[in-house]
Amino acid sequence: MKLTLTAEQEQFAAALHAMLTEADTPTVARRWAADDPAPGQVLWRRLAELGVTGLAVPARWGGLTAHPADVVVACEELGHHALPGPAAESIAALPALFTALGDDALCDAWLPRLASGEVLGTLAVAPHVPYATDADVASLVLRADERTLRLGVPGPRRRSVDDTRRVAEVADGALLASGPAVGPAVAHALNAGALACAAQLLGAGHALLETTLRYAGQRTQFGQPIGQFQAVKHQLADVAIDLEFARPLLYAAAVALADHPSTAARDVSAAKIACADAAQRAARTALQVHGAIGYARESGLGSWLTRVWALARTWGTQSWHRDRIRTALAAGDLT
Amino acid sequence: MNLDLDDETRAFRAEVRSWLAANVPATQLPPIDTPEGDLAHRAWERHLAAAGLSVVAWPTAYGGRGFSPLQWLIFEEEYHRARAPVRINQNGLFLLAPTLFTHGTAEQRARLLPRMARADDVWAQAWSEPEAGSDLAGIRSRAVRADGGWLLSGQKTWSSRAAQADRAFGLFRTGADRHHGLTYLMFDLRAEGVSVRPIHQLGGATGFAEIFLDQVFVPDADVLGEVHQGWTVAMSTAGHERGLSLRSPGRFTAAAGRLVRLWRRAGPHADPALSDRVVDGWIAARAYQLHSYGTATQEAADRIPEPPPRPGRDDRPGRTGSPTSRGGDHAASMTKVFWSELDVALHEAALDLLGPYAETGGLRTDPTGRGADDGDADAWLDGYLFSLAGPIYAGTNEIQRTVIAERVLGLPRDRR
Repeated sequence: MKLTLTAEQEQFAAALHAMLTEADTPTVARRWAADDPAPGQVLWRRLAELGVTGLAVPARWGGLTAHPADVVVACEELGHHALPGPAAESIAALPALFTALGDDALCDAWLPRLASGEVLGTLAVAPHVPYATDADVASLVLRADERTLRLGVPGPRRRSVDDTRRVAEVADGALLASGPAVGPAVAHALNAGALACAAQLLGAGHALLETTLRYAGQRTQFGQPIGQFQAVKHQLADVAIDLEFARPLLYAAAVALADHPSTAARDVSAAKIACADAAQRAARTALQVHGAIGYARESGLGSWLTRVWALARTWGTQSWHRDRIRTALAAGDLT
Repeated sequence: MNLDLDDETRAFRAEVRSWLAANVPATQLPPIDTPEGDLAHRAWERHLAAAGLSVVAWPTAYGGRGFSPLQWLIFEEEYHRARAPVRINQNGLFLLAPTLFTHGTAEQRARLLPRMARADDVWAQAWSEPEAGSDLAGIRSRAVRADGGWLLSGQKTWSSRAAQADRAFGLFRTGADRHHGLTYLMFDLRAEGVSVRPIHQLGGATGFAEIFLDQVFVPDADVLGEVHQGWTVAMSTAGHERGLSLRSPGRFTAAAGRLVRLWRRAGPHADPALSDRVVDGWIAARAYQLHSYGTATQEAADRIPEPPPRPGRDDRPGRTGSPTSRGGDHAASMTKVFWSELDVALHEAALDLLGPYAETGGLRTDPTGRGADDGDADAWLDGYLFSLAGPIYAGTNEIQRTVIAERVLGLPRDRR
């Protein structure tokens, strides 16, 4: 039994945090949103050098064959810094999809390039992930359903509430795979993507809490920091509690994805629900405590708020995830 | 990361499960606050102790088995899953004992713990006073120096188990300083000068009482920690009460399991909004369970270092002891808010599933399938009344949120 990070995982997270802090990720994100993805692509190559893009890729194709918990550690840090780019797709979902399909030709063609960071990949899976994120930046765009996997042809970019998410609908391109293996592989990819998404939400939630604690300690009204008022304190305490108790669900879902396929869907859904709920509470509270300045673009709070709003509803809505747990519980799957 | 139990822990779980299956009384014991119930629950504790299962995480010297925090969590899961009797000595086992391990002398531990493990002494807590609830440092009951000990005078209230317990522990004023003029004392509830008046609760039970003290003598040997240092000692006990020790996750995973079974019986009658609450209750109970697994199995190097042993405290448990003895009191505040809100939510969902049958605690059989199963009639209603006390006792959740904001999150302190 081990449900906390190892020293190596702590160091990995700290290294990512240091790198993303030093790289001035907010500026990179603004340029990504403003049709200048080059600095972001540089940052993604540096993440590749640290091993992030190869975590979920088997060693046979140049990756690290890492545990899903390592993917969770990385994605939480990317969410913490609101890094732009198709993280859940390229780091988690596509490696899971290709390896689960077991099609060596597809693996040979794409996994080494995803692992090395040469290729950023993205994916649309109707109905849960209707848009391919960053389809105009990614060099591999896929479109999957229960029966087929195809290349995707991106339509025009649509405006997301999170302007760093360059989303587009995708039309069918060339057929890559069909048949009975596709459904389970897509389901596995959805779980891997949802888990990576949940990890980003937890990271974003923590960033919102930290930023808000700093602000509440500095902003003075009635002659005292607003963080001294109980009405503010208690809201922030509730945010901290939600984030604290979402994390073990995230780790347990990573364990299930690796070792317990029969409960993976249920456990990933529990993690996604808890992380999305916690992050949304963090977002709502962060804005409320900041007051009007939180609405102003200059505060920078918006990058995290809009990321949370978008991620909380993709890779499966809260209702869809609750429905998966309901199904498991109705079948008697309690432990 | 993994969630697998090692062979020793799996074997322990199997042992506990089969022992409980063979020994938990088929019918519920009489209510704990009646004379018959008191005797029956004390007898149950002796039975548990004889089987080596009353205090599994304590050192063997005191009647325990020296098991790890994780094994203690597993024991609790099995205990609640089997719906075994309420622990009549929970104030002693889960609140006083961890404090004795941290602050007591070797003499106190040797004298008090084995008797506690067999329920020879049942303990009550004596914290609150009429004018000192959330503001615990405002207590007025006094301990005055006497030959060889102290004389206690004053009034305690909301004192759990006091109507039937043998002994009690609490804070008494020994000096003027608000926090540094308090001393932690243990006293005999049958001593001269003690009178106890039971208080009838919402559900009619008399689980707590008022204690009136008039010049009650307590020997020096029953001072826990240093004189005037009672606040520090008490805060460590309060930490245990807030954290895992008193309300272990097993209690809530068992309740969530029963809720899911109740919901399954309602089947197509259950409305979707109610089903969502069942799902959310199950998620939260599991979150608490997983969180405690993480705390209990964190490698020694990751843990907050324990203070070095002091003279006379050579037999402090190292590997053993309840999980909360390893965490800070302030993190326990997060746990306390979480489990107390969870408990209310689970019971509210159950009552809503029972619908119009909730007011009578459900029916065993009824045409709509809404009746409670597993002999649960009354259990949900009683449990609901009890759960409502959770956000109030052990420091209200308002106090806990302030503690979290100030001590965990570092926000500036209130003007109190």
